[in-house]
Formats: sequence, C-alpha cells, structure tokens
Amino acid sequence: MRPRLKDELITLAHGAGGKATRALVEQLFLEELSNPLLEPLGDSALLELNGSRIAFTTDSYVVKPIVFPGGDIGELAVNGTVNDLAVAGARPVALSAGFVIEEGFEVARLRELAASMAGAARRAGVPVAAGDTKVVERGKADGLYVTTAGLGVVPAGVELGASRVRAGDRVLVSGTLGDHGMAVMIARGELQLEVELESDTAPVHELAASLLELGGAVRWLRDPTRGGLATALNELAQEAGLAVALDEESLPLRRAVIGACEILGIDPLYVANEGKLVAVVAPEAAEDALARLRAHELGVEAALIGEIRAEPEGLVVLDTAFGGGRIVDMLVGDPLPRIC
Amino acid sequence: MRYVDEFRDGELAQKLSREIEALAEPGRVVKLMEVCGGHTHAIYKHGVEQLVPDEVDFVHGPGCPVCVIPMGRVDDAIALAERPEVIFTTFGDMMRVPGGRGSLLEAKARGADVRMVYSPLDALELARRNPDREVVFFAIGFETTAPATALTLLRARAEGVSNFSAFCNHVTIGPPLRAILDSPGLQLDAFIAPGHVSTVIGTRPYDFIVEEYGRPVVVTAFEPLDILQAVVMLLRQLRDGRCEVENQYTRVVRRDGNPRALAALEETMELRDTFEWRGLGWIEESALRLRPDFAEWDAEARFELPGGRVEDPKACQCGEVLIGAIKPWECKVFGTACTPERPIGTCMVSSEGACAAYYNYGRLTVPA
Repeated sequence: MRPRLKDELITLAHGAGGKATRALVEQLFLEELSNPLLEPLGDSALLELNGSRIAFTTDSYVVKPIVFPGGDIGELAVNGTVNDLAVAGARPVALSAGFVIEEGFEVARLRELAASMAGAARRAGVPVAAGDTKVVERGKADGLYVTTAGLGVVPAGVELGASRVRAGDRVLVSGTLGDHGMAVMIARGELQLEVELESDTAPVHELAASLLELGGAVRWLRDPTRGGLATALNELAQEAGLAVALDEESLPLRRAVIGACEILGIDPLYVANEGKLVAVVAPEAAEDALARLRAHELGVEAALIGEIRAEPEGLVVLDTAFGGGRIVDMLVGDPLPRIC
Repeated sequence: MRYVDEFRDGELAQKLSREIEALAEPGRVVKLMEVCGGHTHAIYKHGVEQLVPDEVDFVHGPGCPVCVIPMGRVDDAIALAERPEVIFTTFGDMMRVPGGRGSLLEAKARGADVRMVYSPLDALELARRNPDREVVFFAIGFETTAPATALTLLRARAEGVSNFSAFCNHVTIGPPLRAILDSPGLQLDAFIAPGHVSTVIGTRPYDFIVEEYGRPVVVTAFEPLDILQAVVMLLRQLRDGRCEVENQYTRVVRRDGNPRALAALEETMELRDTFEWRGLGWIEESALRLRPDFAEWDAEARFELPGGRVEDPKACQCGEVLIGAIKPWECKVFGTACTPERPIGTCMVSSEGACAAYYNYGRLTVPA
C-alpha cells in the first residue's frame, strides 16, 4: 500500500527519506508537477536530446556538522550528484552548484569548502560549470546549504531499471553499510560516544562504469543514501513487484557501526551511505560483478548480500544470522533512538 | 562485535531450538508472555518465533514504556513544550507518540522548542547552558530509566540548578502484571520477565506471580539466545511441575537489585495513588511522582497543566493486545487504519510496541 500524505504541517519525518518523504513527493510534488520525465522518480531523469540520452538530477545538502570525519558538505555535494548520475548509467558531464550562506559565515571556511568541492569534482572528472550564491540573515540557515544539479550522458545500450529485474537475480553492495550516517551522527557530539568512524563519501561512477561493461546482465543500480540500503531495496521491491531477500551474515558492516547502532537501537540497514553502490545483476554475472567491484579501491569490501525472489511480492526480507527471518520495512521517519 | 555476536550465535540457537522442540508437548500450546518491549523487539528482529515450534506462543506484554503513556499525558507534555520559556526535552521515540492534539514532533513543527536527548543529564546540561530558559525533561519509563531521572534530580538540587524540572511519568512493572493476572479469561502459562528493570529492582518483586498466581517466571536478558534459553527454562519448570522465579540474566541481575539505584528512587520519588495506563486503564499505585521535597524540580508543581483525559480511540484494541487476549494482527484496525506512520493505538508507535514490531518485522509469519 502506498503511504498517504495526511499531515497538515511538514515535520522532520518528511525529510528523512522514508515513507513520509515518499508520501510528500508522490502526493504533493508529483501531483502538482506531473510530467513523463518526472514520473519514474528515479535518481536521475532521462531525456532524449538530438539522439543522445541525457541524465539530469539535483540534490540539496544540509548536513550538520558541515565538516565531519571523512569529508565535508562541499565534497558531499559533488559526490552525491555524481552518484545519482552514475546509478542512472550515465557518465557525468557537468555540475551546477547553488550556495545558501548564513550571514556571519567565515570566508576562510567557505574557501576551504569550495576547494574541497573542487577536489571532489577533479576526482570525478566533472566540472562545476554553473553556480549561484544567496546570503540569508543570521539564524535563517544552518551555516551553509548547498544544492547541486548534474548532467550526464547515458551510453548507447545501457538499460537499467526495476522492470528489468528478475527473480533469481543477485544483489551486491560495493562496501560497508551505514558509515556516513553514523560518522555524522557521532560527529555531532551529542552521543558522547568515542568511535573512530569516517564518512564513506566518494564518487561511485567508476564502480558503476565497470559493472556496466557486463551489459544487459546489470539490471538496476542505486546509491543507498538517506534511508539506507533498506529504503533503496524497498523501493526496488515495490516497483518491480518482486521480493528482495537479504542474508544478514553477508552484510558488510564495520564493527564500530554495529556497536554504535546497537547502543542507539538503530538498524544500520536504514543508515545513510554516501559512497556505495547497490547493484542487481543476473545470477550468471554475479561473481564477475563482485570481482569487478573488488578490483576497485572503493569496492574492496564489496559483497553478494542477497537475491531477488518472486515472493513475498513487494517486500524486503532478511534471513537473520540467528537462523530466523523477518521483514525489512521502509521507515516512517528518522530512525529514533530507543529508550531501553 | 564483542558482547553482541556471542549472544547471536546461529549454531547455539539451533541447539536451543532443538531442545525446545523436545520439551514441547505436541498439541499443547504454551502461552509465554514476554513482558518487556525490548524482548518483543528482539523476538521480531531476529526471527525468534521461527525457531520455536507452534506449541510455544509468545504473547507481547505491557512493557513498552512509550506505549503505556496515556494520551492526556502526551497533551500535557505538548502544553509544556508550547510555553515560550520552555525547552522541552524527550527521548527520541516519544516524539511521534500521538496524544489528543497530535505529537511532540508536530508541536515542534508548529514552533515548540522540543529537543531529543539521550539521557536526563543532557537535559540538565541544557538547563545549565540556557539559564534564561526553563528546561523540562519528559521522564518516562519503568524502574529501568527512573534511577537516571532520580540521580539527575539529586544533581540538580546539589548544584542548585533551578531552571530544570522533570515531568514525571515513571511507572512500575509489578502492578500492571497483577492487573493482567487478574483479568478475566487470562490464558498465560508463564512469564519471561524483563531484564533491565530487574537490574534495578531485583527478582523479589516477581515472587507474587509464582506464590499467588502459580505462574513460573524467568527474568531474562535481551539477546535472542537469552530469550530461547528462557523458553527452555520455563518449559522445564512446566514439565517438572515447578513454579519458581528463576534468573536467566545472572550476568547482571541480583536477587535484591541495585540498592544505590533504589535508594536514589526512594529519596526523590513516591508512589502515586493511581495512574492511567494506555490500553489498561487506571491501576492503583502503579506510577511514581516526585516527592514534595523536590517540588522545585517538579514540572507538575511548577507549571499549570491541562491535565485532560483522552479516551483511547474506540477502534483501538491495544488493551486486548497488551493483556495477550489477541495478537496484533487480530485487531480490527491493524495495518489498515493503524500503521506506524499514522498510529491509532499506542502499540503501533514505538518499534518496541507489539503491533509496530509485528508490522515492521513480523508480517512474514502471519497465519493466512
């Protein structure tokens, strides 16, 4: 059943990437802005221009703190948009960047963030070709918000999508789960946890390109950001009308992430990643795909984590390491720490 | 992860599972109530139900602290949060619980200063850093979380922090168990008693269950292996005709509990004559309030509260779920009108609530 938008006010839950976000997008924005390019609600829109296929995407970044272990908002804003293009099968061509800056922000810090952005753009081989700057009064923004948009070209022959996924296909992930979300949560300093953990922010376009050399055996790609792996796979299961079955024991997780999640009562499957690729590939290509991911420096911890099944339709299920099984549903709002 | 993996060993689980299979009497269903929401959560998260035969039926009890707070108290909390001078602090999972006038999350969206904290000490620290504001802590939970509130109050008094107060909704675990045991049509055979509460109160408070009601009890920790072991211990008691309070959680629970925590509770709080439990109604001497000596830090004494009562929605069968009379999916509104995104009843709100745990994790095992 599709989540319904019944709320009168926007709450933080609408920004958390789970059911509430989806209800907002589908029942407000999609209803008002409806058009064939938007309707698939993919990571990027795909449009035909003079015979070539263009991928077009945008994303806003409101991370707190804006500098965190392993990265900062500038790097994140480049990588995130590069990744949205990459998982649409596109080669990134150009980015734009919009900055909403709070009055009082230090120029030296802004320069550092812009430099970091430039570094990320060089790494991804894509220029920031257009930009915009706005300054708002003190207290009207949390330091700095960045919005990036990206254009990419989809090579001929690349066909990806939930409709291409079949029962029996295998699910892979390019590395450990939940690193970004937990690193940022811990960097806020509210938890008084001393854990060494870095965000995984990175561009996955090379990983994606390597997989795409396998041709039609690659069915579907996604970068599991906000809402984590669970949200990305739930969207797949519902769109494809198939089940995704995960094997808990094979999920790559850092001990620090497991430990911090355990203390907070949060499930790492719902925690954000910013440099990971999740892929569905044909069963006969699974080993090759895994080898390709592992051959790249960003994919050394890649793993086969599950398979596509016909039943139970539209659901993500998990075979627990303990020997049981359960559903992995979409979250309603932010994962809230449990009290006991 | 050390101290996590050890308690989730799949091979050990299979061994315990076979032992349970051997102990179960074919065709005779044994109903075990796991009292605590933490147990419910672990059972679903790890798929424990699939490791026990049909003869073992888990009934989910009233031990989800978020779930039992009545809607009128949530409205009081919102009224406090809406006062302009107040910074209202709460544990995260209380944010989405609906009262008669919406949730704290919605109050926050309307402009109330509601902040999530991980400990009452965080709230005290906020009070120190914001001397011109009133910081109120939404104190909820059983004897597990009450000592942390008690120690925070003692510290606030010792340091003379006068802009901190607690809105006390702490409850005690014994009285609702008695209420359940007294309910007509009770079908429970034995109890998986909560572990964390028992680290504070010890195992003595469960003696009445074996002495007066003849139901075996095993105080149990929260890892899935612990729960399977508790099932083995309860089935053995039933097979041998024994009826005792046994302690599976010997790694931390003592017979007499934690005397220092109990002393802090005794110093700061006293029993209320009666308190309303969502789904269970009014239960005598089942909750705590601050002692008059602590009136200065008692939000109920310092602020005027609406104190209204909100009837549980008629369609909601949380009460029957909480006493184990029906399973979550047998409720009329489960999964249709009542879902985690729009909870009608309290059991759907927290992931420890029986219905939400079932909705989020357990729909694989619904009998068709």
